[in-house]
Amino acid sequence: MLDGLNAWQLISSGDAALFAIVKLSLAVSLSAVVLAACIGLPLGAILALTSFPGRSAVVVLVNAFMGLPPVVVGLAVFLLLSRSGPLGDLGILFTPTAMIVAQALLIVPIIAALTRQTIEDLWIEYRDELSAMDVGPFGRVTTLLWDARLSLLTALLAGFGRAAAEVGAVMIVGGNIDGFTRTMTTAIALETSKGNLPLALGLGIVLVAIVLAINAAAWGARVWSERQAG
Amino acid sequence: MRAPITDLPVMFDSVTVRAGATTIIDRLTLTLASGSPTFVVGPNGAGKSTLLRLCMGLARPTEGQMTWGGRTDPKPTRRALVFQRPVMLRRTASANVAYGLTHADYPREKVAARTVELLERVGLSELAMRPARRLSGGEQQRLALARALARDPELLLLDEPTASLDPAATRSVEEIVRAAAQSGIKIVMASHDLGQVRRLAGEVVFMLRGAVLERTLADDFLKNPSTPEAAAFVRGDLVV
Repeated sequence: MLDGLNAWQLISSGDAALFAIVKLSLAVSLSAVVLAACIGLPLGAILALTSFPGRSAVVVLVNAFMGLPPVVVGLAVFLLLSRSGPLGDLGILFTPTAMIVAQALLIVPIIAALTRQTIEDLWIEYRDELSAMDVGPFGRVTTLLWDARLSLLTALLAGFGRAAAEVGAVMIVGGNIDGFTRTMTTAIALETSKGNLPLALGLGIVLVAIVLAINAAAWGARVWSERQAG
Repeated sequence: MRAPITDLPVMFDSVTVRAGATTIIDRLTLTLASGSPTFVVGPNGAGKSTLLRLCMGLARPTEGQMTWGGRTDPKPTRRALVFQRPVMLRRTASANVAYGLTHADYPREKVAARTVELLERVGLSELAMRPARRLSGGEQQRLALARALARDPELLLLDEPTASLDPAATRSVEEIVRAAAQSGIKIVMASHDLGQVRRLAGEVVFMLRGAVLERTLADDFLKNPSTPEAAAFVRGDLVV
């Protein structure tokens, strides 16, 4: 009970350390969503609209990768970015950039898989009409992505939820450095093990509140744009 | 400048379409050239929709040859198809028409003005900013016509566009079609509504089981059809 009370005090007094952590977490996870969307949306759409040998295998693989364990992604990115790794010269290990890359890799399959499903369903409906209007391959992809925008927002939210909630990948590639790469989830893990339950709990409450707020905003945007465009 | 490409006449040279073991179109030979509206008439399953899809290039012959203005390339340059249930893009009515114009390579700077004209032509000016999918069935069908006319077609294919509309909505669709025909657009329309044939058709292509049984002027078809099947159809008997 007392821990809960202290947690509220930390939040309501605007504790600087706590809000720095919140800010970094949001910056990392939102950047990861933007980066993953740039890859996952076109990838999913192309996968939905093309047929090539081995397409089924790719679809199964993308679907399976939705459940990638964050620590495994973290480890893979760690090996790539470490001093002796192939991308070691970039020198970005243990920086927020590395955390963005790791989280983006983690959620590209989620966004791509949900996009593929959505676009495939919409294509069945649109195929004849778009063919009759002589819409080329590039036009098809952009038209379907735009017309599926409301459903795809859900895919992006799923990606954001996963990125904001994971701890394994950012812990490994970020290193949980105080004031530099410490996010809400890694801080919660650390503070809990140190016994600093008020801070851990405060962070937990903020994390859940942020996820709720973003989903509520997205829902509002969806209702609004449904009214605008049907 | 692009050389003036024409899609007419559309010629079917003993075209057969099969889906698995079913023959949908059976050795059909037909020429559709400019002129008065052609109505493709016949019971459900006669192959009317497939005939229109072939014309549009959406379906390909299993056997036989097709040409559009002498070309074998089915790219829809100067033709458009209005489906029985047109798909409205998830945008405003106006954006649907603009989309059609853009994809018909209409000059970008003139798209907005042309969109206004086309919406006026189908009587939807007041609903321009409405989401297309919120329009009524009749309004959607008119919007689909505007979007098809955006392609500046020589050949306008219509697949039972009024099949699920009430009389008032049917009338406004028919008025648009009539105006399009008067402006020189060749109309090929599938229908099984004989009243509509009387009101709009110049000639009738009567189809049964994937073949053309009769091709005559609309008046002759309605008054003295030459095949017993067509006679039964005109009488209102069930023809299968």
